[in-house]
Formats: sequence, structure tokens, C-alpha cells
Amino acid sequence: MSEQPTIEVRNLRTHFFTKAGVVKAVDDVSFSVGKGRILGLVGESGSGKSVTGFSIMGLVDPPGRVAGGEILFQGRDLAKLSEEEMRKIRGARIAMIFQDPMMTLNPVLRIDTQMIETVLAHDKVSEAEARKRARAALVQVGIPSPDERLKAYPHQFSGGMRQRVAIAIALLHKPELIIADEPTTALDVTIQGQILFEVQKLCRESGTSLIWITHDLSVVAGLADEICVMYASRIVEKGTVDEVLDHPLHPYTRGLIGSVPSRNVRGRPLAQIPGMTPSLLNLPPGCAFRARCPRASEACLVEPEMTAPLPNREVRCFHPHLETVAA
Amino acid sequence: MTAEAEIGRRARVADSTAPMIELRGVSKQFRKTLDLAGRIAQRLGANVREEVVHAVDNVDLAVKQGEVVGLVGESGCGKSTLGRMVAGILPASSGTILWKGQDVKTLPPEQAKAAKLAIQMIFQDPYASLNPRLRVDRIIGEAPLVHGLVTQGEFDAYLAQQMRRAGLDPAFKRRYPHQFSGGQRQRIGIARALAVQPEFIVCDEAVAALDVSIQAQILNLFMDLRRDLNLTYLFISHDLGVVEHLSDRVVIMYLGRIVEEAPAEDVFASPNHPYTQALLTGVPRIDSRKRAFSAVRGEIPSPLNPPSGCHFHPRCPHAMARCREEAPKLKAIAPGRRSACHLNDGAA
Repeated sequence: MSEQPTIEVRNLRTHFFTKAGVVKAVDDVSFSVGKGRILGLVGESGSGKSVTGFSIMGLVDPPGRVAGGEILFQGRDLAKLSEEEMRKIRGARIAMIFQDPMMTLNPVLRIDTQMIETVLAHDKVSEAEARKRARAALVQVGIPSPDERLKAYPHQFSGGMRQRVAIAIALLHKPELIIADEPTTALDVTIQGQILFEVQKLCRESGTSLIWITHDLSVVAGLADEICVMYASRIVEKGTVDEVLDHPLHPYTRGLIGSVPSRNVRGRPLAQIPGMTPSLLNLPPGCAFRARCPRASEACLVEPEMTAPLPNREVRCFHPHLETVAA
Repeated sequence: MTAEAEIGRRARVADSTAPMIELRGVSKQFRKTLDLAGRIAQRLGANVREEVVHAVDNVDLAVKQGEVVGLVGESGCGKSTLGRMVAGILPASSGTILWKGQDVKTLPPEQAKAAKLAIQMIFQDPYASLNPRLRVDRIIGEAPLVHGLVTQGEFDAYLAQQMRRAGLDPAFKRRYPHQFSGGQRQRIGIARALAVQPEFIVCDEAVAALDVSIQAQILNLFMDLRRDLNLTYLFISHDLGVVEHLSDRVVIMYLGRIVEEAPAEDVFASPNHPYTQALLTGVPRIDSRKRAFSAVRGEIPSPLNPPSGCHFHPRCPHAMARCREEAPKLKAIAPGRRSACHLNDGAA
């Protein structure tokens, strides 16, 4: 693994300076994604997973800003780039897919107009060439009769088709990194299956790195290589999919996995995490999960650091569940 | 505790063999009637027609006392419409709905009211289903007061009991819905439904909008309430994991029709209908890692213009000529199992 990762985020902090106080939406987040690898960024609403994606894309709007840390994309720090330089990277080398494809698509323009515009924004090619590329991208994501579909408006597509178009647009410039923010959450099961199928094929065939942001552990289980679990703006656990899901170290990860209805607990009460996510405006001192944690002790009044109790495993907890790993 | 005693008594009185609610050949069509311009255009010979959506198409379904029936399907399959007809919010276009063996349409007024109270509904969106201008005490307490289930004197104690049962602190009764989180709002919706002492609950995607850890809390609450109050559920969801966890029996719908019905263990162990098989392979599971996702072909067709014959045939890997012409009937394939597929007729 001497190869340089596609993206490496180091101690990223993104804060929102609101009237009510500073909201630390992303606090000391570090991870890296290698070429052709898929990282699952998992967390519940308000955990900061989407803002992490926006920070990489340079899409954090005031009152928010990246307050610290480095975002190394193939060795270059994106946080230090000017808006002009960032514009050259965004859309061409790093693309983002959003939960709601209507956020990506302009409702009053035809699909071909939008796709050709995207091609021409970064490459000096003829319009015919751009159209050819747009058509190829639609074929790649499995859209039937691409020539007719190019001439259609977004409202003429179903939800799943729109999401495919959004993915096709993200693929136009063959980016090295795609950030996908809950792209299948609003879709039906069979359509979600189709999208996951396309995405998997893409990463395997073209070596694109992927950050898949989601609240759904079961999607990540089937898709990702590595997982980062976020809670209240911080990564609390990091590791390979098998390690984290089979032997969760952090009590929150454990609670989250226990909350998912699965075959072996049918009809029995689910392990639930008591309480709810704290407000980021007034986080209690120490570990943010303390109030809901069954293992909390005096020690947790101090903020835990990210530690590596095992090779290739990282966890932010004073009382990790090491006993499950030994077994 | 008189309310609890009353519910217990009703449960014992109820006949345990006859279905609590039964649908016979129930259909629902939604029509978009032509406006004036449309009618004129039609007169002049333009090709405009009334649009008719067959949201629910000739559905038979029975739910027994104390049972949890999961109703599964993708968007536009008519599962919510069916739930609303069961709850009495929407009238059926045709067919009969029987409540404890009696047609709800011909019930005498007193009994009709009692039947409506006995069936309550919990909705998907806890943000849209609560009146933002009412305080929690009125949201939960108004219906039992109006229906005379509780007197003004006992109201406070009753309200506190209802709130506590749904896991809410009665001290919050003067708050407005916006002062609660999503999970707590869903609890308010549950407390509101339970406050009129129903026997049958229709849950329409009741946990779909919640975070995983909150979803687990609400699912556990549903299971506790079922045990404590002897409730019967029709649990509508697109989430197969949730349905598998809760249900005794599962009903699968595709474009307005039931395609398969079976006990939960059976349907997840050996799905019969090709659509059910496709759904089950498509569902991501936490215990299946690094799998190759496979895809069912095609889109969900528009219910405005469903395919002929078996609605699933354009996407079905086993489709034959017969599937395009003849809609398969929902037939018993094993005790307690029904499926609507021509493949079950043998290799004829």
C-alpha cells in the first residue's frame, strides 16, 4: 500500500458560525480512500457526514467554513485552492451525487443541454463530440434508448431514471473520486439494486474511488471496503467492513448494528440506544456519546482521542468492546 | 386502569377464528376528470380521455385478531391506498370491507362509529401528520374527550397515562409539535392513535422517516403495545427488514394487485412469485458483505397504463406468452400461502 491515496482528509474541521454560537459540524475528521476503493461514511441525521462531503467539494456556504485541517486530493490540499482552481477540479476530477437528483438537474433544460454544458465546462471539444460523450454516459448507467432520452426533460423521467442521469453527469469527465450523498435513500428496492449494481461495476472497471455517505448500514455492508462511523461531528470508529460490522469496538457502532432488524432477531426486541442525538450547539464536555452509553464512566468526562487498539482498527473510546474480537 | 380492563374484555369477547377485518374484491380507481377545455377538445375529436388509475385492483385480504400483517410493495403499488381504505379514510370504489364479519357500509350508525374508532392509523411523516398549531394535550386528548371515552375530571390522569404508554414525558403536554424531535413526534402520533382505545392499527410507513436507532425504539414500542393491548396491526412498509422483523404474515403487492401472501418465515425462506424473489435478492442486508448487486430489469410501470396480463411480465425473467395475455389468479399453493403466477400451474 505504498500507492498514494486518491483522497486523504486530515483533521478536517468545518464549523458554522451562527448567531446562536459556533456549530462544529465536522470536528477532527481524518480518513483516506485509495484508488478504486469504496468508503462508507455512516451516521445518523446531524452527524456531519454530508457536511464532510460538502467540505471536500468546497461547497460549504457561509456562515460555515472549513476552519482547519487538510483535504489532500492526489497530494494537493483542496482547502488552500482558490475558487478558480477549485472550479477546475470540481465536476471534472471530483464529482458529487446528491440524494435528490432534482438538486442536480435543471427542470427547465433538456437532458442533452445540461450534459453537453457539463462536458464543455471542462473540455474544449466540439458540440457533436460532447453529445457523443453524453450519450455514452447514459448507456454506461443503463438508460434504454439514450438518443430519445437525451431530448427529454427531467420531469419526464422516473425517480430512479433521474438518479441515473445524475450519475451519468457525474461520470462525464471520468472523475477520480465520486462523493455520493445518500443517492439511493429515496429509491425503491429494485431500483436501488440497479443503481448499486452500476456503481459497483464502475469502481471495479475504471478505478474510481467512491465515498458513499449513508445512514443505512446494510447498503454499506454489501458495497464498501471500509467504514467510518460518525457520531456528533466526529468519526468514532474506522476499519474494514467485515471488522467493523462483525466486531464493533465502539458502543455506538454496536448499538447501531443492534438497531437494524435482521434475520437472527426476528420478533425479539431490538437492541435500542436510549435517548437521542445531542444538539451540536451545546455538546456536553467529554465523549459526546456518554449520556447514551452503557459503558460510560468517570473517564468519559474527558474527550477520548482516536486510538488504534488493534492493527488497522481505530476507535474513539475509553472502553472499546475488545472482548468480542478476542473471541 | 379501567381503559386497560375494557380493552382486555373486548379482546376476550372477540371471536378468535373469524377475521377481524376482511376485504373482498376491493378496488379503488382514481379518476382525473376532463376540465372544460378537455371536454371541448374531445367534442372536436381530439384524442383526450379521462385518466383512470387503478390504484387497488380486486384485492382479497383478511386479518385475524391479534395478527400482524406486513404489506410490502414499491412506490405506486397501492399499499397506502389499501391501508387508507381499511382505516375508513377512503371509500372503496367497489368490493366489500367487513369489520368483524359485518359490511361496514351497512352497519347501523352507532356500530359504524364504534368500528371507525376501533381502527386507527399511524402515518409516515411525523412532521406533516400533526397539527402544528395544537399543543400535545389537544392532539392526543381531543378525540377521547369528544367521543366520551373520558370525562373532563379524569382527563389529566388519562392524558398522562396515554403519553407515558407511548414513551413521552407527561410534563411536555403543553408543548407544540415543533418542539419535539422526529422520534418523539412519531410517539405523539402513536399516543394519538391509541388514545381512543383502538383494536386495529394501520401503520403506513410509520418508521420510514426515522434514523436507525430511533426506528429501533419505535419498533420495540410497537411490539410492546401489541403484547400489552392485544393490538392487531396492518403494517405497511417498503422496508423488508422491518416487515420481516414484525410480521406474522406478509402480503406483497405489485401495481395494485396482491402477488403473494404467506407466513413471514415462508416468504423469506422460499419466495414463490418472481417479483418477491427479485425484491428479496435486491434488499441489502447487514450480514451479506461485498456482494455483487444484481439488478431486476426495467422500471416500475406507471399505474396509469399497467402492462397487460400479469403486471410483472415485462420485468420477469420467466415470462411466457401466456403472461402477456392472461392475468394470473391468486391461488393457494400451500396451506396459508397464496401466489399469483402462471408458473405454479406446472410446466404445461
